[in-house]
Amino acid sequence: MDYSIKIGGEAGQGIQTVGDTLAKVFARSGFHVFTHQDYESRVRGGHNFYQIRFSDKPVMASKEKIDILVALDKESVEQHQSELHDNGLGIYDAASLKQKYGQPRFLDIPFVALAVARGGNKIMANTVATGAVLGMLGMELDALISIIKNTFKKKGEQVINANINAAMAGRDFAVKNCLRCSFSAGNARELSRKPKMLINGIEAIGLGALASGCKFYSAYPMTPSTGIMNYIADKEEEFGIIVEQAEDEIAAINMALGASFAGVRAMTGTAGGGFALMVEGLSLCGMTETPVVIALGQRPAPATGFPTRTEQGDLLFAMHTAHGEFPRIIFAPGTPEQAFYLTNKAFDLAEKYQIPAIIIFDQYLADTEWTFDGFDTSRIKYTDYRLRGDAFKNLKEYKRHAFTDTGVSPLGIPGEARHLIVTDSDEHDEEGHIVEDAGTRSRMVDKRLFKKLLLIREEIEPPVFYGDKNSEVVITGWGSNYGAMKEAIDELSKTHSIAMLHFSEVYPLPLTAKLDYLNILKNAKKTICIENNATGQFARTLRAETGHVFDAAINKFDGRPFLIEGLLKEISCHL
Amino acid sequence: MGCGNFGILNAFKNAVVELGIEPHQFTIVSGIGQAGKFPHYLKCNTFNGLHGRTLPVATGIRLSNHEMLTIAVAGDGDCYGEGGNHFMHAIRRNINVKLFVHDNQIYGLTKGQASPTSLEGMKTKNQPFGVFSEQLNPMALAVALDCSFVARGFAADMEHLKNLVKAAINHKGFSLVDILQPCVTFNKINTYEWYRKRVYHIEPEYNPEDRAGAFKKALEWGERIPIGVIYKNNRQILEERIPVIKDMPLAKQAVAESKWENILKEFY
Repeated sequence: MDYSIKIGGEAGQGIQTVGDTLAKVFARSGFHVFTHQDYESRVRGGHNFYQIRFSDKPVMASKEKIDILVALDKESVEQHQSELHDNGLGIYDAASLKQKYGQPRFLDIPFVALAVARGGNKIMANTVATGAVLGMLGMELDALISIIKNTFKKKGEQVINANINAAMAGRDFAVKNCLRCSFSAGNARELSRKPKMLINGIEAIGLGALASGCKFYSAYPMTPSTGIMNYIADKEEEFGIIVEQAEDEIAAINMALGASFAGVRAMTGTAGGGFALMVEGLSLCGMTETPVVIALGQRPAPATGFPTRTEQGDLLFAMHTAHGEFPRIIFAPGTPEQAFYLTNKAFDLAEKYQIPAIIIFDQYLADTEWTFDGFDTSRIKYTDYRLRGDAFKNLKEYKRHAFTDTGVSPLGIPGEARHLIVTDSDEHDEEGHIVEDAGTRSRMVDKRLFKKLLLIREEIEPPVFYGDKNSEVVITGWGSNYGAMKEAIDELSKTHSIAMLHFSEVYPLPLTAKLDYLNILKNAKKTICIENNATGQFARTLRAETGHVFDAAINKFDGRPFLIEGLLKEISCHL
Repeated sequence: MGCGNFGILNAFKNAVVELGIEPHQFTIVSGIGQAGKFPHYLKCNTFNGLHGRTLPVATGIRLSNHEMLTIAVAGDGDCYGEGGNHFMHAIRRNINVKLFVHDNQIYGLTKGQASPTSLEGMKTKNQPFGVFSEQLNPMALAVALDCSFVARGFAADMEHLKNLVKAAINHKGFSLVDILQPCVTFNKINTYEWYRKRVYHIEPEYNPEDRAGAFKKALEWGERIPIGVIYKNNRQILEERIPVIKDMPLAKQAVAESKWENILKEFY
């Protein structure tokens, strides 16, 4: 079984509540779930949708074809009825939409009337719809009921019972009236599947920050990065973290650098436009060797572009921006799981090498929810690289930017000992004071850049290789394309010799010792680079750094993610 | 007389020595301009950052370790021009940072362009018809924003300036001391002589806690320029409003490793 459900409507109609609740029900029932969202940059109106795919096998991308359409407005019917499978069904409330759609593809369920009759209030219409979907699928309401109890805990018994009644009304109506419903997700309980973890990309980054000992987060709200600030702010008290909303992104990165200088792990997050403002601060980070982690949410640009949509258009920007030459790390997670562990790795390496570490993502990864059996906190690395307490006090001499074999100077905390911490945005000597001489400059560049870079490159893990090593065709991608690409391989490898390379640690490029990906590419008859941008930024990087030239490119730059059918069609053109 | 920086440096050194503050007990954050080099002539923790960005860095330091005396040193172009937005919001936050602005009414490091505090009509290489914009009044701006401590000093009145520095450091709250500083090389109008003729010590009976009166005092400029404490209040500082650091500075708190496993449960 593999079902897709789409909930469409205007902003403010509660699409997300219905979607989130259904996704949670499926995850708790032990299914594999994948959800993605499409919304406009407005608080009310417009057309938005939430798509959920769930299956008894792993799912990691959305399909174009859907099985159930929950239409909360007319626009949803008009835009999406063609996406319904032959045996797919749309449900809607004719009284609310003031429109009748023909049987058998559409079933009129009086969401509002049932909510009023059984729940006592029309605001429970969405609970009726949620119950109806579960009824159509032949599922029990246990998981939904426990979610309702949890959600409305503070509102009391009466609200809880009213919502349960509304859900049951929707379920009962669907069971009785949906004669065409042939879905069979109902035997989940017999299979006693274990509940799965359900998490989206943005939460995974926030969670990764918490589990890395992040203590300071300063940012200016900007889609699609705001969710990180929301998530961490919610945990401020429990985890002892300060979240400061800065007056602008320039302040945000400078505050993070100040906090890091004073002795805590610090992070900031933004989108491409805000990152543009942070650029001088990025360079300051490079010069002062102050550890910082930056989450960069790409969105279709230039300028304001599509504020709520998705693109992989800022990779070269992140790699090359900021004046001067200094090392940096860029990670591009492809799944929430990778986002969790890579955020941790970003914190670790930023502090170990005293450099900026950038986590580059996009709206698609930020919003897509995935299911996992769980994250393993024993894989979390937490090493405090700062000089504290007696270790610092007992030093005879301390120089913040001392020349060392590794290029990494001891990172002391101001005030912890009598040693002074001095750093400067100007070129400086070992103590941190301004210099003008050529010799010190050369040695500092050697220390800051070359020595550290050699070690940093050793830390970068190779790409994921999926498929047969001797495949004739190798598709390559990075970041959030992981899921769609992997599902495409599962499908295409049934009939073709095809495999994939996926890079999540994108910069500096991994060495080939652990996995000779360059050889894999060289030996393939055809290599294709798949990117959610117009100019093939990763393909250009690989060519510039390794000389590999892809035979073909698949680029999508309409602000929407790759869906499985579309990607399959695109790849097939090259086979 | 030489550069006004010497007077400021000496007044500051004497103030810190008299207060018995050890070098490792305070951090100076400076920006770019002649004032930016200030901490390099002192013994202290130093973050000499970017032009205009002293206050965000200082804010980050204070939030991370509110036991660290944190001093921001900037110039008039640095603080009121490039960093104007940060200036407004640092005052709003009332982060307990001490801001000393070297105000020479000119850009020194870039050799003589107008600054936000340059007199209207002042001719420079870049403003051949004279400065068109009205002179920024940092005192009035700060009072308008209800800044916790607002004072003006004069680089050549060292004893008076030293006492202002001490008062600012002892005050709990965001403190601005704007220091009139002759630039003997590039500002041929606002000379030692020009300032000496005009500055006067604010009367002892003046009440700096009356905001309306302070605003009036802040507007005084021209023939007579008041120096001293113009305004102060006892607004609660940001650091005291954050529950997380009630008992201990953030930088000294252990990382909550034991809670990581538990937090995962929220996703089931």
